Order: sequence, then structure tokens, then C-alpha cells
Amino acid sequence: MAVLRRGAEAELHDGKWLDRDVIIKRRVPKGYRHPDLDSKIRAQRTKNETRLMVDARSKGISVPIIYDINLSSAEITMERIFGPRIKDLFNELPEEKAKELAYDIGKLAATLHSNDIVHGDLTTSNMLMREDGRICVIDFSLGEKTDSIEKKGVDLHLLFEAFHSAHYMREHLLKDVKTAYKEHYKEAEKIIQRVKEIEKRGRYT
Amino acid sequence: MICLGIEGTAHTAGIGIVDDEGKVLANAIKMMGGEAGGIHPREAANHHVVEIPIQIEKALEEAKMSYADIDLIAFSQGPGLGPCLRTAATAARSLSLALNVPIIGVNHCVAHLEIGRKVTGCDDPTLLYASGGNTQVIAYAGGRYRVFGETLDIGIGNMLDKFGRESGLKFPSGPKIEQLASNGGKLIDLPYSVKGMDVAFSGILTAALQLRKKGESLEDLCFSIQETCFSMLVEVTERAMAHVEKEEVLLGGGVVQNKRLQEMVRIMAQERGANMYVPPGKLCIDNGAMIAWTGIIMYRSGVTMNIDDTSIRQRFRTDDVDVTWRE
Repeated sequence: MAVLRRGAEAELHDGKWLDRDVIIKRRVPKGYRHPDLDSKIRAQRTKNETRLMVDARSKGISVPIIYDINLSSAEITMERIFGPRIKDLFNELPEEKAKELAYDIGKLAATLHSNDIVHGDLTTSNMLMREDGRICVIDFSLGEKTDSIEKKGVDLHLLFEAFHSAHYMREHLLKDVKTAYKEHYKEAEKIIQRVKEIEKRGRYT
Repeated sequence: MICLGIEGTAHTAGIGIVDDEGKVLANAIKMMGGEAGGIHPREAANHHVVEIPIQIEKALEEAKMSYADIDLIAFSQGPGLGPCLRTAATAARSLSLALNVPIIGVNHCVAHLEIGRKVTGCDDPTLLYASGGNTQVIAYAGGRYRVFGETLDIGIGNMLDKFGRESGLKFPSGPKIEQLASNGGKLIDLPYSVKGMDVAFSGILTAALQLRKKGESLEDLCFSIQETCFSMLVEVTERAMAHVEKEEVLLGGGVVQNKRLQEMVRIMAQERGANMYVPPGKLCIDNGAMIAWTGIIMYRSGVTMNIDDTSIRQRFRTDDVDVTWRE
């Protein structure tokens, strides 16, 4: 088992589970925290993340399939997706395909938000392309089940930001993201209005 | 160049005198004591009216200087309590006009970071700024000091003081809570409130007070409050460090005097191969030296202000400051 990635909170390992390629996400113990508090938090967050993934999947959103969770070691064993990140793929696609993908991204955000799922880090780095052409959403660790307009606004703001930075050459396709978002979520206007306010505040860089 | 800095955002009247190499020549500090606990803005302002002139004399004496040696006046322009800010600003304007030297308004939070950089020798740190009124995680990105995480309700110190006041501890309660905590050891379940990169403390306060009424021991509650709140602070600091990929963590604000908090930050830094920096106590708490030093580096980078530009800014945001003095 090799460490593929190490974040502030968790490590990703690759491995095998009944002959399938899997990712094991492990929330590492923090030496600074009281041990009881530490295990409580790690277990709670593992549970929360799993629950959100299952919830999103039941609403038709593609997420890695969860094979196992272990609350005492704070590990999630899940399907390994080999497809490229949308972040890397999006700029390379021909215009027509990119336009379709932008629409799909907007629809994806709409589906999450209309079901009160806030992802917490909704950037194109956290979207992978499956072989069947569906976008697979990963890393729900900052996610929350909430109807808060503010939180959905921050979520969407992060997504829009990606079009101004990583995908600046495809910035014009942001309107397709917005179109899809509006078509698939009846509260969309309210959230987009909030994004404008959040932009003015100039935080959440 | 010699700068005299006036700090007066909240309960502290502070006068600092700093030279252009960042040497602190004087750092006179007078904190308002509160019998009932808490700060009444008007009373704090009255305190500053009396204390600022006294502390100026003290500082000049400490630096062995006279008014004629002062080349620049800096003051805390915000954020803070309106009446206090106005008192400090009025003192600064009077001095600037009387001595005929330039005046510069300084963001209080940025000043905590700049004095820390200067005296600890760190270069590009993530600052955990934890005081009575402010709780922020700040780092430099894209020409500004960005707030990566902050309290969504009250400052950590404010929470400790409120808990202390309700439990019969005198103001400021932080040191007393620290002492009581060292005699506690049972971890009581309190809400752990981290939302992304932000934290919230009011729920913990309510829960802790209710548990106190139900008879939990004060020592164990102090212990649990420290363990829970400080873990939250350290966690968001680590997140910000990972996000901006910086390996230096700087502490600032009165609450970082707490030894347990320092220990937790040190462990976090060690575990990720980073370094922790803590300024000396008198430069961690609210003080005039940090205002003076920040005034100097702003002035040197070409910032100038007219009296018209010196209106106070109660809600002065850290990320509103255009950082002209860094690459």
C-alpha cells in the first residue's frame, strides 16, 4: 500500500479489496489532539463523508462506490477511479465537447444543491471522468447536508473560480455552467445572487 | 527614522517607539482592568484618554528620547471598538500636527503579523491570531494578507472571558482557566465546531455553562474547553498551511500565551515538518510597538496619508489592506 496523496487531514493509499483496485482514505491521528477527542472526530467525519457519498449516489450522482468503512481506524475503502481529472481534461477538449462538459458540470452542481448536498470543495480537481462519460465526484470531506444559501453560494463560487483561474481560456463556457445550473435547480437564481455577494467580500480564495 | 505607534483598539492603551531596523526602543502598555469583567467601550475610551498621554511620556523616557526625535506617527486605525479607536486616532492626529510629522493608520491584525515576522525571523508564515476580539488564520497570497479561516461568532478570548465571568473568575480569565485546566483531566464532551476553515465558539460556551450548572467540576470543564477549542484552532491553522503550502506558523494575540495552545501548535508543526514561531509576550498582546513597526514599513513602501484618510475603521478587514511592502 503506497501513499498516493497526503492532505491536512487524511492520506490516500491504493490497494486491493477482493481483487478490485481500491483507494483507502485514512484520517490520520493528530498528536496535538486529546486521544479521545481525536478518535471521536475522525470517526464522526468518516461517517459524515460516507453518508454524503451514499446520499449523492442515491440522487443519481456518480461517486466512488464504497466497499467498506472502519470507524476505529477512520478508513474508507472505495472504488478507485482511473479516469482523468476534469481539471486536466477540460482545457484539452475540442470546443464542442468542452461546452457539453461545462453543461454537465452545471447540472451536477444543480443536482447536488437541489438535494441539499453541499460538497465543500467543488472544484474540477475533485471531478473525475469515468469511462462511460459520467463525471464522478470525489472528496466529500468538507461536505455537509444543508439548505443554507450561503453554503451553496460558497460551493458554487469555488466552482466559478476555477473557470477564472485553471480554465481561464475556457472562461466563456462559464455561461453554460450557469445555464445548466438554472435549468436543473429552481432556487438557482438565489444562489447565483449570493455568489455575487461573496465575490464582493473577496474571501474564500 | 523613529516611529511612535499608538495602539487603542480595545482595552489596551499602548505606546511603542521603534527604529527603522525594527528595534523596539520602548513598548509601554496599560491594560484597563475590569471589576465586572468585559469591556465597556466608553469606559475603555475614557481609560485611553487618561492613559495615552501618560504612556507616551513613559515610552519616551524608556527610549531616552524627546518629541523632537519622532519622525512618524502610526496608530491603530481598526478593527476595534469605535470610542477606543477614535481616542487613539485623535491622539495620533494631534501629535502628527503638533510635531509636523507624517501620520499613518495601521490595520491592527496586520501589525500582529508584521511584528512577528520581524522579531522571530520567520519569512512567510501562516499566522494564528487568537485574542479576545479576534480569531483569524492569516497568510500572504496574491498581494494581500488573506483570511483563510476565522471565527464565525465570538473571539476565542472573548469566549474564555465569558465563561470565566459566569464561573466567578476575574478578568482576564484565560490565565486562570489555564491554571484550573492543569488540575483537570476528564475530557467532557463539548461541541467541536469547525466548518471548513472556520470555527465557532458560542455553542461551546453555552454547553460549558450548562454543564457547570449541572455540577461538572470547574477544573474538568476548563480542561475540556482548552482541549476542544485549541484543537479547533490548530486544525484550521493546519488546513490553511496545507492549502497555501507554507511551512512556518506564527502565533499572535493574547491567547497564544497559553502553554497548552503553544504545545499543540508545536506538535502540529513537527508532525508536518514545519516550524513554529512565537514572539515575546509583550509583542504578542496588543501593543504600540507592532503599530509603530508596521507604520515604518508602510511608510517606506510609499504609503502616505492625509488627516482626511485617518478616519477610524471599526470593521477594517485584514484583506482590505493593499500590502505594498512585500514582493
